[in-house]
Amino acid sequence: MRNHAKFEPPSSEITPEQRYLDRRAFIAVAGAIGAGAVTGLGFPGIAGAQQEPQAVGKPYGLQPDDKPTPWEDVTTYNNFYEFGTGKGDPVGAAKDFKTKPWTVRVDGLVNKPADYQLEDFLKPSAVEDRIYRHRCVEGWSMVIPWRGIPLADVIKRADPTAKAKFVEFTTLMDPRQMPGERTGVLPWPYTEGLRLDEAQHPLALLAVGVYGRVLPNQNGAPLRLVVPWKYGFKSIKSIVRIKFTDSQPKTAWNQAAANEYGFYSNVNPTVDHPRWSQATERRIGEFFKRKTLMFNGYADQVGSMYAGMDLRKNY
Amino acid sequence: MASDIITHTRFFGSNPVKEGEHYLGQWTLRFIIATLSITPLRQLTGWNWLAKHRRTLGLFAFGYLMLHWLTYALLDVQLDWGELVKDLAKRPYIMVGMAALLCMIPLALTSTRNSIRRLGGRRWNRLHTLIYPIAILGVIHYWMAVKKDITDPLIYAIVVATLLGWRVVRWRSRHGTPSTPVSA
Repeated sequence: MRNHAKFEPPSSEITPEQRYLDRRAFIAVAGAIGAGAVTGLGFPGIAGAQQEPQAVGKPYGLQPDDKPTPWEDVTTYNNFYEFGTGKGDPVGAAKDFKTKPWTVRVDGLVNKPADYQLEDFLKPSAVEDRIYRHRCVEGWSMVIPWRGIPLADVIKRADPTAKAKFVEFTTLMDPRQMPGERTGVLPWPYTEGLRLDEAQHPLALLAVGVYGRVLPNQNGAPLRLVVPWKYGFKSIKSIVRIKFTDSQPKTAWNQAAANEYGFYSNVNPTVDHPRWSQATERRIGEFFKRKTLMFNGYADQVGSMYAGMDLRKNY
Repeated sequence: MASDIITHTRFFGSNPVKEGEHYLGQWTLRFIIATLSITPLRQLTGWNWLAKHRRTLGLFAFGYLMLHWLTYALLDVQLDWGELVKDLAKRPYIMVGMAALLCMIPLALTSTRNSIRRLGGRRWNRLHTLIYPIAILGVIHYWMAVKKDITDPLIYAIVVATLLGWRVVRWRSRHGTPSTPVSA
């Protein structure tokens, strides 16, 4: 990253060496734990037997006082409406969610459309551990050590045509497994979208893990987006389709309440949500509020993509 | 440190201020509903001894409302006065909630036996019909505050509507069909 050096956290907070897990070993572990989930053993059960995991990865855009949010908070305080609207619902309701086998469709305005098995989809890329800031539109935030592959890699392989201007993401539609999809709380399946240049930005990550472990179901297993400069709901979970389009995709929250959730949804302390201020945030685990940073602290890296745009209108 | 206790006990989970705020708001509504249930229950069962507990329940509602507001002002907004004023001026659900809170204050202040004597039963009763708009405002406040899933506010709305509807029906059956229904 170009500018993260400016906000390097104290060395005590950083894992000394960047540990890129061997891809094959990672896939083997993913497979083993995935199989565990299928047999009903479940990832949380395995996690419970282990120690509190250490945050691994290279910090991106962290402020000097940013510390990784504890594993327990990251994996129990979740907005994942497919598994219930309460923050504590997904950890229980997603326990038996089946993430293997998993197919990802890449299609639309690309030269190489394909249906991939998740393993094949991930194989060509090196898995990276990256610590990002995370800001929910509701006014709380975390610091999360993700594991994933750059979205830009996937886009390059798909080889979008000249007409492609946007990328649309879709969550699995399976009301049998996802009880939330049996309710009318959001238009299902959940969809999200990015402008092509946003999607190609080196910070945009497709995550398959957190805290060096396979992504727990409640965090959007087996494949989720992470766009750290946007509000959390843009980072769509349990992705089954990545489609390239020439027009701005419809997004779930925007369809549900257009005046509250725009297409861009960049973190912006100067543009309030109609019902609450976005100027401050509560970091999970902290009592005193923090000031929310423009683009969630990634302004140096992403600001130029929005030069000249009225961010009050394009909220 | 107090803030450590608030953030690190896991009783209210990962975001204890928000959870606590919601918890206290819900208990406010539950005590308002309990207060409103006394009259229908008496009428249905003839248990007139319930009447003497009504003011206690009302005071519990007021107590929870105060804790709800203090959690919001002290722990959530953390006495950022600019933010408090902006909330009140710009956010309809805050206005609705504050209106309910203001209506509740005279009821709490006149909850003593002395006040009933001073005001006279008739005037006291009339003043305390404020609990009806308070209940309605409380449900509206909750409804407007939730992000998307209105299941819980809907349940409260149905309960409050039933309790108030009961009174309208009783009033009508005793007074014929009034042109302007006044609850008693």
